[in-house]
Amino acid sequence: MRNIIFLLALTAVMPLAQAETAEEKGLAIAIESDNRDKGWSDSSAEMRMVLRNRHGKESTRKIRVTNLEVDGDGDKGLTVFDTPRDVKGTAFLSYSHALVPDEQWIFLPALKRVKRISSSNKSGPFMGSEFAYEDISSFEIPKYSYKYLRDETIDGIECFVSELRPQYKHSGYTKTHVWIDKEEYRVQKIEFYDRKDSLLKIQRYKEYKLFLGQYWRAHVQTMENQQNGKSTTLYWDNFQFKTGLTDKDFEKNDLKRQR
Amino acid sequence: MTLNVNVRQLTKTSWLMLSVMMFSTTISAGEWSGYIAGEYRYFQHESPFSEPGQHDPSIAFAPEYYHEWDDGQQSLIIAPFLRLDNEDAERTHADLREFQWLYVQDDWELRLGISKVFWGVTESQHLVDVINQTDLVENIDTEDKLGQPMINLSFFEDWGTIDLFVMPYFRERTFAGKDGRFRAPLVVDTDKARYESGAGRQHLDVAIRWSHTFGDWDVGLSHFYGTNRQPLLTPNAQFDALIPYYETMHQTGLDLQQTNESWLWKLEVIRRETTSDTFTALTGGFEYTFYGVFESDMDIGLISEYLFDDRDDELQIAFEDDVMMGARLTWNDEQSTELLIGMIQDVDSSDHSWNVEASRRIGDRWKVSAEARFFSVRNNDTTFYSLRDDDYFQIELARYF
Repeated sequence: MRNIIFLLALTAVMPLAQAETAEEKGLAIAIESDNRDKGWSDSSAEMRMVLRNRHGKESTRKIRVTNLEVDGDGDKGLTVFDTPRDVKGTAFLSYSHALVPDEQWIFLPALKRVKRISSSNKSGPFMGSEFAYEDISSFEIPKYSYKYLRDETIDGIECFVSELRPQYKHSGYTKTHVWIDKEEYRVQKIEFYDRKDSLLKIQRYKEYKLFLGQYWRAHVQTMENQQNGKSTTLYWDNFQFKTGLTDKDFEKNDLKRQR
Repeated sequence: MTLNVNVRQLTKTSWLMLSVMMFSTTISAGEWSGYIAGEYRYFQHESPFSEPGQHDPSIAFAPEYYHEWDDGQQSLIIAPFLRLDNEDAERTHADLREFQWLYVQDDWELRLGISKVFWGVTESQHLVDVINQTDLVENIDTEDKLGQPMINLSFFEDWGTIDLFVMPYFRERTFAGKDGRFRAPLVVDTDKARYESGAGRQHLDVAIRWSHTFGDWDVGLSHFYGTNRQPLLTPNAQFDALIPYYETMHQTGLDLQQTNESWLWKLEVIRRETTSDTFTALTGGFEYTFYGVFESDMDIGLISEYLFDDRDDELQIAFEDDVMMGARLTWNDEQSTELLIGMIQDVDSSDHSWNVEASRRIGDRWKVSAEARFFSVRNNDTTFYSLRDDDYFQIELARYF
C-alpha cells in the first residue's frame, strides 16, 4: 500500500514519457484509466447475460445492477435477478474492498432469509457463466501489480498492453493481460491465465458509449473460454448515473424489498 | 377450516388495502410471477396406523402479484398459496403467504398486512425465528411458514436496525390429518385448539428486534411477547384426539454470525418463559466451504451444528442434545445443481435421521427437486418415535412463470 502511494506521488510529478520502468508505466496507465472513471457517484443498469455452451445452445439471465462509488475503497453493489424465474427476486449485496475480503449478503426470497456469505469464492462462476466473481467486481488499483508489456493495435485501436498480477487472495489467475486504448484509457480486451499459467479466457469489450461527457461504458462484453469452448456475453442497457443513491440504498435491509 | 380463516382474513385485509390504494395516484401496472408444482411422495414403509397410504401425489400453486408506485416508495404484494393433496385432507389447504403494503422512507419503513419474516443464521433448526407460524403439513422441516398479519415498523440508524412488530391475529399450526403421514397415534384436532389467553387468537402479540453488522459480525437481538407458535399437545378426555394448547410466552433471542474467509461461525440462543416451563436452548456451529474442488467449479461446504435444550421432557423437544453434520455441494453450473446431505445424531442414544435435498433447473422455467428423509428411532419416549416408519422419498417438478 505504501509502495502504491509512493508510486502515485511519483507519477503525479513525472510525465509519462520520462525514463520509467515497465512496472511504473503499467501502474501509471492503470491510474490514469481509474482516474478518468471517477466521480460518477452512483449508477444503475440492466443486463442480459447469454450463456452459450460448446454446441451453441443458449440460455439467458436478466439482472439489474446498481452501484455506489466509494471514495478510497471498493464500490458497493446491489444485484437483483429477474430470470431464470426460479431465482427471481434473489438479491446480492456486496461491499468490495481492495485487499481485505469483500462483505457480501444474499437474500433468498422463498425463505425471506438474508444470509451473510463468504467472499472467498472469487474464482467461482457467476450464475453458471464464464464470468468469475472476480471478473465482475469493482476495479481497485491495489488489487494488482502492474507491468507494461508493449503497444499493440487491435481492431484499428491503438492500445497499451499491460500484465496484471492479482495481489488479493483466492484469485483463479496467475496473471491477466489487459489492452487499454491510448485515446480514452478504456479496457478493450483481457486475457486471463489460469493457475497453471495457461490461457483460460479472453474477454472483449464492445460498443462503448459515453455518459455525462466523461464515463465510457461498454454495452457488450464477451467472455470466451479457450479451454472448454463455452462463452458468455453480457448485453448492457439503460445506464443511469448520479441518480441520488446513497449508502442507505446499499444496506442489508434493502435486500428484502428488491423485486 | 384453514380455508375459512383465510377467507375471513382476506376480506378484512383487502378493505384495508383498497383504502390504502385509493390514496395512491400514479399506479403503474403490476406483474405476476410464481410457480405451479407437481409433487410425489413415496413412503418406504406402511404406516403403523390403518388409514395413511404409501403414495402421496399433490399439486402446489403459488402465484405472486407485485405492484409498485410512487417511484418505488410504495408497493403491494399479494402471494396466495394452494396445495391440493391426494391423501391428506388437512394437507389440502390454502393460505395467504403475503398480502402486504410497504411504505419506504429514507430512515424507516412500514409494512402493513400479511407478511413473512425470517430471523436467524443456523441451518439445522431455527430457534430465534418466531414471528410466523410453521405450516407443518407442507414439510416437517418447519421451513414453510403461514402468512402473519402484522404492522411492522423498521428504523434504520447508524447503530443498527430496529424492527417493531404488532401482530393482532394468531395463526394456528397445521398438522397432518388421519389420512396423512407424519402423525402420532392420536390425530391433532386443530378445530378444538385452546389458548391460555382469554383473548384467544386475538391476543395482541408484540416483538422488537435490533440487528446490526460490525465488520465480520452480524448480530441480532430480539424479544417476543405473545402466543407461543408451538402448542402443547394433550389428549382429550375421550383419548381419541390431541388438543393443541397455545400458551402465552416471553422469548428473548440472540443470533450471531462471524464470517471469516471460508468460515461461517453461527450461534442462536433463546430463553423462553411460559406458564408450564422456562428453558434455554441453543444451536451453534460452523460452515466451512472448499471452493473449486478437484479443479472444477464445484464448491463443497461442510456444516456442523450442536443442538441443545435444557429441558428434560424429550416428548416435547425435538433436539435436546444432538449433533448435526452435513455437506452442501454446489456445482455452480448453468442449471444451478445443488445437493445437501445432512444427518442429525442424538448424543445420548443411537437415534438419528438423514436428510437429502437436491435440485436442478431444466431450461429457463422448470426446476426438478428431490428430497429424502430417513428416521432411525428406537427410543420410544421422544418426539420422533411416531416418525419411525415415515421414511420417504419425494420428487417435485415445478414450472415457474
